[in-house]
Amino acid sequence: MLRDLRASVVAGVVLTLAFGLAVPAAFTGFAQVAFRHEANGSLVTVNGTVVGSSLAAQSFTKPKYFHERPSATSPAYNAAGTTFSNLGPTNPALAKLVAQQAAAVLKLERPYNPGLTIHDIPVDAVTPSGSGIDPDISPAYAALQSRRIAAVRHLPLATVRKLIEEHTTGRSLGFFGEPGVDVLQLNIALDKVGGS
Amino acid sequence: MGQGITQILVYSVVLTGLAYPLGLYMANVYSASRFGGRLLGTLERGFCRVVGTDPEREQDWKSYAKTVLVFTIFFFLVVYAIQRLQAHLFLNPDHEKAVQPHIALNTAASFVTNTNWQFYGGESTMSYLSQMTALAVQQFVSAGVGMAVLAAVIRGISRRSAATLGNFWVDLYRSLVYIFLPLSLILALILVSQGDPQTFGGHAVAHTLEGGLQEIARGPVALMLAIKQLGTNGGGFYNSNSAVPFENPTGFTNFLETIAILLIPAGQVFMFGKMVLARRHAWMVFAAMFAMFAIGVGVAFPAEQHGSQVLRASGVNITHGHGQSGGNMTDKEVRFGIADTALWATATTDASNGSVNGGHDAFTALGGAVPLVNIFVGEVIFGGVGSGLYGMFFYIIIAVFVAGLMVGRTPEWLGKKIEAREIKYAAVGALFVPTMVLTLTAISIVTKLGLASVYNPAAHGFTETLYAYTSQGNNNGSAFAGFGATNFSADFGTVAMLLGRFMPMLAALALAGALGQKKIVPASAGTFRTDGPTFVVLLVGVIVLTAGLMVFPALTLGPVVEGLIH
Repeated sequence: MLRDLRASVVAGVVLTLAFGLAVPAAFTGFAQVAFRHEANGSLVTVNGTVVGSSLAAQSFTKPKYFHERPSATSPAYNAAGTTFSNLGPTNPALAKLVAQQAAAVLKLERPYNPGLTIHDIPVDAVTPSGSGIDPDISPAYAALQSRRIAAVRHLPLATVRKLIEEHTTGRSLGFFGEPGVDVLQLNIALDKVGGS
Repeated sequence: MGQGITQILVYSVVLTGLAYPLGLYMANVYSASRFGGRLLGTLERGFCRVVGTDPEREQDWKSYAKTVLVFTIFFFLVVYAIQRLQAHLFLNPDHEKAVQPHIALNTAASFVTNTNWQFYGGESTMSYLSQMTALAVQQFVSAGVGMAVLAAVIRGISRRSAATLGNFWVDLYRSLVYIFLPLSLILALILVSQGDPQTFGGHAVAHTLEGGLQEIARGPVALMLAIKQLGTNGGGFYNSNSAVPFENPTGFTNFLETIAILLIPAGQVFMFGKMVLARRHAWMVFAAMFAMFAIGVGVAFPAEQHGSQVLRASGVNITHGHGQSGGNMTDKEVRFGIADTALWATATTDASNGSVNGGHDAFTALGGAVPLVNIFVGEVIFGGVGSGLYGMFFYIIIAVFVAGLMVGRTPEWLGKKIEAREIKYAAVGALFVPTMVLTLTAISIVTKLGLASVYNPAAHGFTETLYAYTSQGNNNGSAFAGFGATNFSADFGTVAMLLGRFMPMLAALALAGALGQKKIVPASAGTFRTDGPTFVVLLVGVIVLTAGLMVFPALTLGPVVEGLIH
């Protein structure tokens, strides 16, 4: 018993120093040199200012920007407090949330998309994401928003569609996962192209 | 659906292709009297010297179990203490306060038992010191303990007339240094190259395009992620776990992380086959596990793609195709879609991993029942590192016992006669946890204190509670995450995790001790063959009949009711 205890204390110290400090410190040092951008959170800068991370959604409410998926974090798109919505499949609160989101999308987009109905809204546009900071929207949701962007910015629709295509991440290595459109990068590109 | 099915098939092939050679390698790690070259050998002997053990001196099952218990209790106290003191210690750039005592206790139990149940949001509760020296160390160590115990149990099965099972310190050291460390460094390297942060700088602050401020949590994420996935740990750096892009940035990392969930548990089946010289038998065990895994994905994927009642009724477009994955996207990420989230949910609950890349609470009734059943059968569908296979041994013994009853012979397994003592250990190992889980759920669901944790209304709330105790009792750690932390649920969970870890572990070691002392009897015409497809059917049947039937009444109150009334 005492023998085991003594051994446990010694092993505890050795293992904590090795796996808790030495290995992470060495690996962090290596990562900071080899993958500086990624290891620091894939931060995106515009004119020298950090405007976000390509791996985190941020709040977009203005009509000239593509909008993100709904977020359950508090406040929305909190990249320091991720959370699921945890709304069960039969929860009336989910039904209410989806209805509200769908109504908001219709209200925002219909002026530019006459004839748009709720059946045209892709499901990711009205459901909270897993992380609350899902940086992507589906290509379908981006396409839905493209007419508004083109109209508000006085850009040809083809230009906006081309930008969407350029910022669509395909399946990784052409195979894994699902395609998505990185909203922050797309909006930065839009700002560069201009339009009012 | 086609692309999704192809991804799942490719996953299965790659998993098997990697697990097999890894299994043979791991068999060498635990069998060789000296492993590695001169330098590595010197390091290992150095470790044994400072710990004060003679690597040549082996322990019997009681001594082995005692060392495991003392070692784990010691770390339990250390992990608790670090969380309580983190405010006064270093590596705390975001000024996290001391963790509340009941949560700290629950978290300590959670990480030393390889459960990684999280009643806290990592990025907003734990200092970097706590994440690294308390939690991530346990992600290595508790996984190493599981693997060490498995190695000892397998030795008991393979040896004849032997009193000892091996030396715990040597087994632990080898698990950590020759298996978990190299694999997690390789995986962490790929993850950081794809976008997992690895920094000691605190939160970043961004000035968003619309002029707001956004705080972005970072930290030493990549390395923790790697061992979290490989060691069937599951406790993430962020609250939303591997749904968060900083833990799991691309479809490719998602694939690798999903492989990592099952890699070592699948490999340990082949390791077992090599160590007991019964490779065909090991393939049959693998086949039984794989069949149950395939059934799980086969149910969860279509269920989630079909979508929930609320979404179908809402009128929005949930059809796959035309630029979206469709289906039940609530609490799921666009870059993974439905197939990869359903695959992950199945794999993470087959193994006792418990990491998630989407919210299980928001799964459909049928889709959410799959993880629940997977965990309830005792984490034996590949299962936890170490604990999964020794958990499966209980069912194998019950299976050969049932076969023996059918033909009226004393059952045998790998040349060992299975007698009353072994059956008792196997029964305790297989039945203790499900019994405990149902009891805790029942108490929780009829008391005000227990009900305070429930988040979703009606039948779904019952499922949340059942899932919480199933997950903790079986050391999985995934959650229907709406289930809330109260002092009551934290303490109940602590009990579930500790008993759920150590009762089966002690039963397995006792079983190994009993088997190790036996002689080998030559197989005869009446011996039930454990290396053919009949055995696979029998084994799956036994699992379904024991654990499956135990959970069925509870399932009818939760997912079944929910599925039927809508």
